[in-house]
Amino acid sequence: MSPRPLRAGVSPRPRRGVGGAAPTLLALVLVGLGPLVIARQDRLNLGVVFFLAVALAQSWNVMGGLTGQVNLGHAAFFGLGALVTRQLWGGGAPIAPAALAGSAVAAAAGLVIGVAAFRLRGAYFAIGTLAVGEGLRIVIGNLFPEVSTLPAPAIVGYRLTHRYAAAAVLALLATTVVAALEGSRLGLAMAAIREDEAAAEASGVSAFRTKLAAVAISTALAGLAGALFAFYQISYYPQHPFSPTWTFDAVLITFIGGVGTVQGPVLGAALLVLLRDYLTVQWVDVHLLVFGVLFVAIVLLLPGGLVEAAARARALRGRLRGAPAAPGIPRP
Amino acid sequence: MIAIAQQLVLGVLLGALYGLAAAGLSLVFGVLRVLNVAHGELIMLGGYGAFWLFELGGLDPFLGLAAVIPLAGALGAGLYLGLFRAIVRFDEETRVRTSLLVGFGLALTLHALAVRLFTADERAITTSYASRPLVIGGLVVPLGRFLSLLVAVGLVALLHAFLQRNRWGQAIRAAAEDWEAALLVGIDVRRAYLLAFGLGTALAGAAGTLVAAGYSISPAVGLEWTLKALIVIVLAGLGSAFGTLLGGLVLGCAEALSAASLGGAYREVVGLLLFFCVLVARPQGLFGRA
Repeated sequence: MSPRPLRAGVSPRPRRGVGGAAPTLLALVLVGLGPLVIARQDRLNLGVVFFLAVALAQSWNVMGGLTGQVNLGHAAFFGLGALVTRQLWGGGAPIAPAALAGSAVAAAAGLVIGVAAFRLRGAYFAIGTLAVGEGLRIVIGNLFPEVSTLPAPAIVGYRLTHRYAAAAVLALLATTVVAALEGSRLGLAMAAIREDEAAAEASGVSAFRTKLAAVAISTALAGLAGALFAFYQISYYPQHPFSPTWTFDAVLITFIGGVGTVQGPVLGAALLVLLRDYLTVQWVDVHLLVFGVLFVAIVLLLPGGLVEAAARARALRGRLRGAPAAPGIPRP
Repeated sequence: MIAIAQQLVLGVLLGALYGLAAAGLSLVFGVLRVLNVAHGELIMLGGYGAFWLFELGGLDPFLGLAAVIPLAGALGAGLYLGLFRAIVRFDEETRVRTSLLVGFGLALTLHALAVRLFTADERAITTSYASRPLVIGGLVVPLGRFLSLLVAVGLVALLHAFLQRNRWGQAIRAAAEDWEAALLVGIDVRRAYLLAFGLGTALAGAAGTLVAAGYSISPAVGLEWTLKALIVIVLAGLGSAFGTLLGGLVLGCAEALSAASLGGAYREVVGLLLFFCVLVARPQGLFGRA
């Protein structure tokens, strides 16, 4: 019962130099070159799903990880990006401007909702955004009840490799944004708010402006991920990308990989996508069971996720060899 | 006019279940400062408990309450000891945030488990009398839902009486008010927390039984019921069981009126909008004690 000294709960401690961003980006580039050696359609589709998961999780990570604002309505911005892109692209616009428009609309919505929701702190922000996301999902379902299918010429011209390349570029972009933020002035302001908002304000960080910057970046990336979804999927219900499962996937991936880190969402996405692909063959939906349990265990026992687990394993191995522990190992 | 009155009657019947669903969540949040967003999934499990008792054992859902409530309470105690006990050690802000994440993971797990065990099909308990209508002044009241309303009001009254009069109820309220002071005057705060969480889950089980008896359940209804309970808590504030019930009735009526005026498709949106506006207008006011 006695209040033990905080084990930081779920708020991630700053992690310096754990691997750095370069190997992560390199790994993404290598996977991105996959179509040069892989021809199997199912493998390439899995690759697109992986990159999409990386992009969405990184976009969530900007808010939820770097800034510590758990946004449970993230699917709304993914969905808006998909909706706008699909409407414009289906109406004859080229895909790139359509995707940028989708991203801009998502970011604009993010700013509007953010201005209201940033009055809420911590868990209240989370459930407030959850309510907004659900509300928007229902409205979109009512306004666009028809399934959205690509026009016939677009289906004829459909090249999976184009989607793969676009997905790889987007995942790289999102990961680079998080890596660039990490050491930047804005990134430090975000970290300060995550750790202690009052202290950050007292030291001259404008919490409101920093959060607005975070929400703009996060939702713009989510909108781009939605645009990729609209570009990739031949046929879907417009309501589908607004489904809370997209938010939940992003949260699971980020936390399991390592919340607030550059490499965490990439690791988490690889694990989730591969395990889901493997498990779904045998048992439908069992992967959610596995990931739900894993998520709870990580929140309670290993707040740094797989990234922290790897760092601890390295430290342990170093100690067993008698070498001094590598620098930058997070203290438990 | 009669159509609107009819909608309102149905809104009140459903609203009582919203109130009961929220009463459990409100108790847990108010006492432990633990925001268990898996509350809707606990309601869903309670519904399945009652459904299988009826389907396999032929047990009437209202009699089944006698089995579902203690089973749900035991499940709640297990969840508290296994998961949430580790969280109440944190300071209040971390408690709320960590419990939200743990509840989120628990909700996903329970949802996936329910899909595995019970399939994703929608189920409902269909008793012979449930849809028999009582006609009161030209308004139709389905008998099963009317009984559910009575049970919900009865359970909330029992909860209120327990918290006010019983020694352990008073211990729970003391722990909610100030756990350090409660500890100092010799109250076993750990046990009060365990009891409050078990009671909250038992109420979720009861609510689930009534939902399965009057409406329908599927593994996916969890999120919806969690949101309803959260909306009611935001509307009603914490600390009063009857206040929570009233909040549920308000939400039920608001939904019914919006369905009557805007069409059924937007009934959910009204509640969510109401929720967001109240939350933003009074970020700490209605929810917290600050």
